Amino acid sequence: MSLNLVADQSRVAAPVGSRSRVLGNLARALVSNRKALTGLAVLVIFALVALLAPVIAPYPPQADLFGQILPPSAQHLLGTTGNGQDIFSQLLWGTRQSLVIAILAGAAATVISVIVGVTAAYLGGIPDHVLNLFTDVFLVIPTLPLMIVIAAYARSGGVFVIILVIVITGWSYGARQLRSQALSLRKREFLEAARVRGERNVYIILAEILPNMTSLIVANFLGAAVYAVLAAAGLQFLGLGDPNDLSWGTMLFWAENNGALLAGSPWWAIAPGLCIALLGGAFALVNYAFDEIGNPALRPVRRRRQ
Amino acid sequence: MTYLIRRLEFFAITLWAALTMNFIIPRVMPGSPAEAMLVRFHGRASPQTIRTIEIALGFHTDESLLQQYGEYLWNMAHLNLGTSLTFFPSSVGKAIMVGLPWTVGLVGLSTVIAFVLGTLVGMLSAWRRGGILDGALPTVFIMVSAFPYFWIALVAILIFSFTLNWFPLGFGYDLHQHIELSWDFIGNAIWHGFLPALTIVITSIGGWILTMRNTMITTLAEDYVKMARAKGLSPVRIMFMYAGRNAILPNLTGFAMSLGFVISGAILVEIVFNYPGLGYMLLQAVNNEDFALMQGLFLLITVAVLVAVLLADFLTALLDPRTRAAD
Repeated sequence: MSLNLVADQSRVAAPVGSRSRVLGNLARALVSNRKALTGLAVLVIFALVALLAPVIAPYPPQADLFGQILPPSAQHLLGTTGNGQDIFSQLLWGTRQSLVIAILAGAAATVISVIVGVTAAYLGGIPDHVLNLFTDVFLVIPTLPLMIVIAAYARSGGVFVIILVIVITGWSYGARQLRSQALSLRKREFLEAARVRGERNVYIILAEILPNMTSLIVANFLGAAVYAVLAAAGLQFLGLGDPNDLSWGTMLFWAENNGALLAGSPWWAIAPGLCIALLGGAFALVNYAFDEIGNPALRPVRRRRQ
Repeated sequence: MTYLIRRLEFFAITLWAALTMNFIIPRVMPGSPAEAMLVRFHGRASPQTIRTIEIALGFHTDESLLQQYGEYLWNMAHLNLGTSLTFFPSSVGKAIMVGLPWTVGLVGLSTVIAFVLGTLVGMLSAWRRGGILDGALPTVFIMVSAFPYFWIALVAILIFSFTLNWFPLGFGYDLHQHIELSWDFIGNAIWHGFLPALTIVITSIGGWILTMRNTMITTLAEDYVKMARAKGLSPVRIMFMYAGRNAILPNLTGFAMSLGFVISGAILVEIVFNYPGLGYMLLQAVNNEDFALMQGLFLLITVAVLVAVLLADFLTALLDPRTRAAD
């Protein structure tokens, strides 16, 4: 999470005319960055797998049709679980929930970050002080124990509770970053001009400030998505999700509870973890590429041969 | 001074917020699981113990919320966290004290190692822009920092304990050993703690490296670094005393912020390794629906992080004259 510390001063973009041009520039910069391209490619693959799971998966994921703990073979690419389910099919289907949680929780956390951070910076004074304090408090309180306590009380709430818990614990980091960028925008001439024109606050925030913060907002969404992937996996691994759900975290929960490593079915535990790592890593790569785009000093240098 | 006073103020406010959250959560959540726990308690504990738990978990409808809140804060001030169901009849406080040294040792040591190593590597990788270190490391560590802690732990067990047999499969020490301060026992504890510590270092070091590298790149472009070069100072001296010294500040403040993340990750690592610390205890509390212990652990972990943040703030004030002069 600390990877973005440096970037927030550097991402102050020049005022821009239209939203489409901002996004266009951003898209072009992303495609020409190797880290971003790798990350995006992985994300696209996962999205396709999630969409096509019913078509690609060789077996129904929850059906216990086969022998228990079968080793990987041509019929079962990754072997079977302790209940005789096909691990590969479960993995493909599990992509759906993990991706949905990452996107929904990431987006919701980002929306709260934007609302709190930008409002604080724009209003200034006492509201800023209060909101900032609120953000800092949430930033410092360790997230996992808090998530565990909330999820334990809300037992059997399933995906919705998990998303809620992630949003509650995950918005503060982005709020602080967005606030500091909005603060640096606040004194710019084009905002003064809008104020002199007599525009309403809502208009200034929505039409003048936010478009200039697009890249940081997108970066925040990516960071929040990484957090959501990892947090959801952790909670489900601890058994705080719905044990009947099809997700990578739940697969890990069952693998751990059945002693998959000792029982001779290591893929049961390794494959879902690898997918979580890949999905989180893909979001993180694109996010870091954003850092490089915003701050050219960080870009990789190629040394000339001497 | 104003800086330190403001930080102390923040400490107090956050502590209060955590205490209040702990008070509110059981009351706004559908309380049936907590009620179930209380039912299991009846007949086992003295009326007084039950009363403490009832207050902590939010049952006493004959009292106003404000009264309950007052009583709750009073209990907390006297470190009266109630009785644990898992470790019955010992109190939550006593149960926590058993696990605390294990977690402090594991998390403390691995965080310091990750911080020192990560800062050094980050410094070197910025110093030699375009070198092997600089080219490969950022990408590798962005990826690794997105790995789930507990999964790395699982893989470590699979490779080093299960396949290679180099390390034990888990727990903090051999069960036939007595907990004592002997070289024998300490050696055994280190042997058991090595893999959990390694897992935490691997997953947390990336953040240090990247932050240090990125700040160092900015610092190296400063005029005083150019000046130092022009004066003909030795590169090592410039790296450590001019650039590194100034670039380390964000890493120090990051230290405070990341501690919460590291502790969160360590909880999962402890669970995978069955390591006898607070994280493992937290899982037991969840599985046994021992809400008193769960909330006690949440509070203690939060307070520990807050104290660490405060210490990091003091350290920043000591190292950065600007914070002292500010306002």
